[in-house]
Amino acid sequence: MELLRLATAGSVDDGKSTLIGRLLFDSKAIFEDQLESVERVSRQRGDEYTDLALLTDGLRAEREQGITIDVAYRYFATPARKFIIADTPGHIQYTRNMVTGNSTADLTIVLVDARKGIVEQTRRHAFLASLLRVPHLLLCVNKMDLVGYDRDVFESIREEFAAFASRLEVADLSFIPISALQGDNVVQRSANMPWYEGASLLHHLEQIYISSDRNLIDPRLPVQWVVRPQAASQPDYRGYGGRVAGGVFRPGDEVMVLPSGLTTTVAAIDTFAGPIAEAYPPMSVTVRLADDVDVSRGNLLCRPLNQPTVGQDLDAMVAWMAERPMVPGDFLALKHTTRWVRAVVRDIHYRLDVNTLHRDETSNSLGLNDVGRVSLRVTQPLFYDSYRRNRQTGSFILAAEDTNVTVGAGMLLGPD
Amino acid sequence: MDRGWGVGGSGQYQLSQLQNIEAQSIHIIREVAAEFERPVLLFSGGKDSVVMLRLAQKAFWPGKIPFPVMHIDTGHNFPEVLEFRDRCVGALGATLLVASVQLSIDSGRVAEEAGPNPSRNRLQTRTLLDAISEFRFDAVFGGARRDEEKARAKERVFSFRDEFGQWDPKNQRPELWSLYNGRHRSGEHIRVFPLSDWTELDIWQYVADEQIDLPSIYYSHRREVFRRDGMLLSVGPHVAPGEGEEVFEATVRYRTVGDMTCTGAVESAAASPEDIVIEVAASRVTERGATRADDRVSEAAMEDRKREGYF
Repeated sequence: MELLRLATAGSVDDGKSTLIGRLLFDSKAIFEDQLESVERVSRQRGDEYTDLALLTDGLRAEREQGITIDVAYRYFATPARKFIIADTPGHIQYTRNMVTGNSTADLTIVLVDARKGIVEQTRRHAFLASLLRVPHLLLCVNKMDLVGYDRDVFESIREEFAAFASRLEVADLSFIPISALQGDNVVQRSANMPWYEGASLLHHLEQIYISSDRNLIDPRLPVQWVVRPQAASQPDYRGYGGRVAGGVFRPGDEVMVLPSGLTTTVAAIDTFAGPIAEAYPPMSVTVRLADDVDVSRGNLLCRPLNQPTVGQDLDAMVAWMAERPMVPGDFLALKHTTRWVRAVVRDIHYRLDVNTLHRDETSNSLGLNDVGRVSLRVTQPLFYDSYRRNRQTGSFILAAEDTNVTVGAGMLLGPD
Repeated sequence: MDRGWGVGGSGQYQLSQLQNIEAQSIHIIREVAAEFERPVLLFSGGKDSVVMLRLAQKAFWPGKIPFPVMHIDTGHNFPEVLEFRDRCVGALGATLLVASVQLSIDSGRVAEEAGPNPSRNRLQTRTLLDAISEFRFDAVFGGARRDEEKARAKERVFSFRDEFGQWDPKNQRPELWSLYNGRHRSGEHIRVFPLSDWTELDIWQYVADEQIDLPSIYYSHRREVFRRDGMLLSVGPHVAPGEGEEVFEATVRYRTVGDMTCTGAVESAAASPEDIVIEVAASRVTERGATRADDRVSEAAMEDRKREGYF
């Protein structure tokens, strides 16, 4: 059984909670005690219907205010796949929450109300999914029951969105007309829309091909931990623990250690269950090397003929998540793969309007929920790929040096 | 349903979902060992902490687990679980610390709840925070899962706690990719939840696949019980039936392992991890809803306890 991570985004009242509630309910991931609790609270509040949003709004403040504050993670499984939903609120702190939810997603569902069509938030959600390089984008046109299941409504929304998406970098785009409330095309194909010949939403989620989404070309292993048992039984054991961030490693492969540039070969790839013949993303393994070379946490194993960019001057798209704006001259802590370094903001080239994609080059700062193109210089060279090529070796986070709070997320731009 | 192990799915170079979340958990555990000075792993003998311990063992294999294991002992534990705890941690050669709620009561740090069958559930928080402070732990691994409870669905993998051990759910650090931010000042600490993306079913499939040993009370056995608030409580030194609560013998097992005072059994004939996988897959009630009085106090019982510094 495979794992599919999905993020959902929608505007207020476009039925996102209803849709998630239905997916969870129909896949039996909602339990009777959870449903009873939701029904009880709905009754107490005097709601006319059971508010399925209460299933995902877990915090007291959220239930009191009837809003979703933070990303919530939900789990359900079908015989084909396990799904992890990052449910992101569409209104408050939208960039921060959507960037977070999309950073690990294989697929993003953007919901549109069939009566309202494409609105500002639809474009914003789609842009943020493309910025985070979510490989699959799925536009669900919801509330089709309220427009008489009219094919023309769906087709016109589809055309308008496809035209907008052509300006984004979206690898795979699909459209499904649904009614989350009535269940049309959610789990079963709907008899109300015979003109729609595609799969139901759940079937789409179960079938979409995700194996090719990872980078299996560029071998990258950021070293997390040096395994040295220092036991009498294994006096000389020295292994390098890490999670494969790209490519495939095999025993016998010639590898290069960065930053030293020394080359050696992979002697063995160890796991608790025994040695293995191949390591690929996202496996956590321990690699032993043939020669006694100096390797420590923060180093990277790659291939001599396939090396990442090595450099201290970074060019990146940054999503800013703090009240205090980012301005040139700021010093920040930066984490990339398994290393923390210091960074100074050199320049802010432009601020991107996430609704219109307009580049504001007059702005020299990034405020809360802004996205912009930024130059940074870091204290030590990083070994990185462009985010477009590798989401692991192409991403970083920024933290404030005084409060330690995470204030930004960066996607590296590179030679390709 | 396939068991989620072995080569999974449609393509080559594709991990099964259990392998995927296992790799993620190992990554998290290694990050903590590398970035913190004094981590500790909380271990109750319950299935989640046993799986977490196995993942820690895998993360550093063939080396030993480079941090101690700590049990917050309420004094109300099932004897089978304490016996299992000592055997399990001993076999790994790990250091076991035991922080005692009884000692916190004796020293006047906390007061026992009033009433005939006092629960020490809430008192554990003080004992835990005192131990964190005494040993100056800066990272504390917990076995909580996001699917357990709705407040936990909002929890980060690296969850910041201030100098009072408090959780501020409305003001959490954003958590992106696999880039965890464990930065903190002296006196603050980070709770780390490597099992965040695991479900109850995942835990049982993993226990079955990996043939992980668990306390015997997880499996079907005969026991003297009585019914209270719809739960089956075990008759023991800390729990006695009240008036009108009839004691009877039943074939039961436990879905969670907490205090004897607040953890209920379920009637079940499931005698192996494989039986339990089938039972859990068909279950229509969550494990906490079925068996935990501590979550029944209010809609926000878990959130309130977590804010104070609970597990």
